[in-house]
Amino acid sequence: MSFPKARVPYLLLFPGFAFLFTFFILPIINLAQTSTQTPVKGGDTGQYEQTLAFSNYIQAFVDNKEQFARSFIYATLATVFALAIAYPLAYAIAFKSGKFKNILLVLVVAPFFTSFLLRTIAWKQILGEEGFVVPGLRNLHIIGQQTTLTSTSVAVVAGMTYNFLPFMTLPLYASLERIDPRTIEAAGDLYANGITAFRRVTVPLSLPGVVAGTLLTFIPAAGDYVNAAILGSPNTKMIGNVIESRYFKIVDYPTAAALSFTLMAAILILVTLYIRKAGTEELV
Amino acid sequence: MSSDAISARGDLRLTRITKSYGDFKAVDDLTLTIPKGSFFALLGPSGCGKTTTLRMVAGLEEPTVGSIHLGDTDITTTRPYQRPINTVFQNYALFPHLTIFENIAFGLRRRGIKDIKEQVDKVLNLVELPHLAERKPTQLSGGQQQRIALARAIVNRPALLLLDEPLGALDLKLRRQMQIELKWIQREVGLTFVHVTHDQEEAMTMADTIAVMNEGKIEQMGSPADLYDNPETAFVANFLGQSNLIKGKIDGNDGDNLVVDLFGQRISMPKKRSHAVDNSLYAGIRPEKFRISRLGTPVKGNTLTGGHIEDVSYIGVSTQYVVAMPWGQEVMVFEQNDDGVAPFDKGDEVNISWEPTFTFGLRGDEDIDAGTEVNPEELEEQ
Repeated sequence: MSFPKARVPYLLLFPGFAFLFTFFILPIINLAQTSTQTPVKGGDTGQYEQTLAFSNYIQAFVDNKEQFARSFIYATLATVFALAIAYPLAYAIAFKSGKFKNILLVLVVAPFFTSFLLRTIAWKQILGEEGFVVPGLRNLHIIGQQTTLTSTSVAVVAGMTYNFLPFMTLPLYASLERIDPRTIEAAGDLYANGITAFRRVTVPLSLPGVVAGTLLTFIPAAGDYVNAAILGSPNTKMIGNVIESRYFKIVDYPTAAALSFTLMAAILILVTLYIRKAGTEELV
Repeated sequence: MSSDAISARGDLRLTRITKSYGDFKAVDDLTLTIPKGSFFALLGPSGCGKTTTLRMVAGLEEPTVGSIHLGDTDITTTRPYQRPINTVFQNYALFPHLTIFENIAFGLRRRGIKDIKEQVDKVLNLVELPHLAERKPTQLSGGQQQRIALARAIVNRPALLLLDEPLGALDLKLRRQMQIELKWIQREVGLTFVHVTHDQEEAMTMADTIAVMNEGKIEQMGSPADLYDNPETAFVANFLGQSNLIKGKIDGNDGDNLVVDLFGQRISMPKKRSHAVDNSLYAGIRPEKFRISRLGTPVKGNTLTGGHIEDVSYIGVSTQYVVAMPWGQEVMVFEQNDDGVAPFDKGDEVNISWEPTFTFGLRGDEDIDAGTEVNPEELEEQ
């Protein structure tokens, strides 16, 4: 069999494209259609008809402003904490770990061997009354004797930080590891002390990793509902939890779809702004 | 101490420097003075300790024993960023995220210099690349990156400029051109250049003084002509160019000359060019110092007879002959092709002769293969 070489790329793209078309594009179109439907008059629960009710979007947003805001605040906090923890970790693995490098990298991804859900439930134990964290913090008088951590925003953000840490660490490691150590030596040779060399050479050269890591953390965190469901309370509901309950409990498909699209659009806008900023920022 | 190190000037003095890694001594009790304003080369095969020496001068490594002075200032433990020393790194180590202008300005900015633009422009003109100021390093060719690395270092007008195999990544033609340019720039800016290389031709083209290093020690130090014409050890004789080393015995004196017996044939050589410690010695003659003549032709100077041509390679400017001597040794002879043809053929019976003053004498207990082994790592580098 022979066919023009120029067609090879299309042939290679075909399986992925077919998959995405069936399981992403079609559902998205379906979701878009659902988002402007209204209940059938006199119909059963869950029966909807297309009325191009774009007001669904406004209604959905107005009703859930608070959860939207919370989602983005929690996701931002989790991203910042994950970055603060992952940067030194990735730096140490890339530059200071010597022969332990591979073991440490395996340890970073080791949590993936256990289910996401299970680990989040484990955090409920850790932060619960019977865990060592709460009594420990109480003994140190960091928190009050009556204060609990479960069902608080602290627990939700902590859970998210933990769950997304590997997604922050790995791209950071990859970009730090690529840095030629001689460029850092060169900075020292050119009158930069350790801190200046880090600020002027290491950090800018690791920025691609910072951007990739923060995106891989922020995007799923903004849409996350597992952490808030397991570690939070009704007061820590995120937009993911609202969508989940609209779909499966209230069977309000149009509102759930409208919220999904709003969330998607919001993330897309924020991420675009962020990449623009990170991409054009004067790094010197 | 460290605060005024930055303004230290003068000769660089290494005093009894040793650098050990476990049991291995990369640099072994090295003492060396590099005069201010000179172009100094540390030459040796990979693993001889030259790069370690350079890194200690730069402050990237600390000597296990010994001290480093710049003028009167002890800089042995001074941090790299506090030394008035800049380095042109192997493979350049330019900052990939900065423009060429900012790469060059990096050192000036760290020291809070005022007229950065003027100084960067000046040095960009010196390396003849002013039009590349706004490019990024990856957009430059290897030769251009090399010049920028040089510019980034000399713009700081350091007391000492270190060059670590600076031309290793360039192709042969560009390397030759850069050798001449580097030498010119060194004269132009008047800085002390310390150049580390395993390429003897590079060292000989550029340096005023060469220190040949082997196994952590300096084998011999001198001008390129001194080292080439009168090597003191077999390592130097073989590492710089090629040498024919013929085993012999000192048979007596003749005024300022020694009479030497080489497998029953007598030659003479100047006494002061012999480094032998007893009666046994190796007589060294460079291949281009030999003349070949047919048997029976009268010749002047030292003559060894009974050879026959084993191999002829015509390489344009000269012809290289391998001559088998009666005692089984093969010697190399380079003859200039003054008349354009190779006058001798394989199998011809010949004499070889040379001026007695070109002979050098090495100790008889030397390893005559020292410095001839080609390190596979170095082949890869090129």
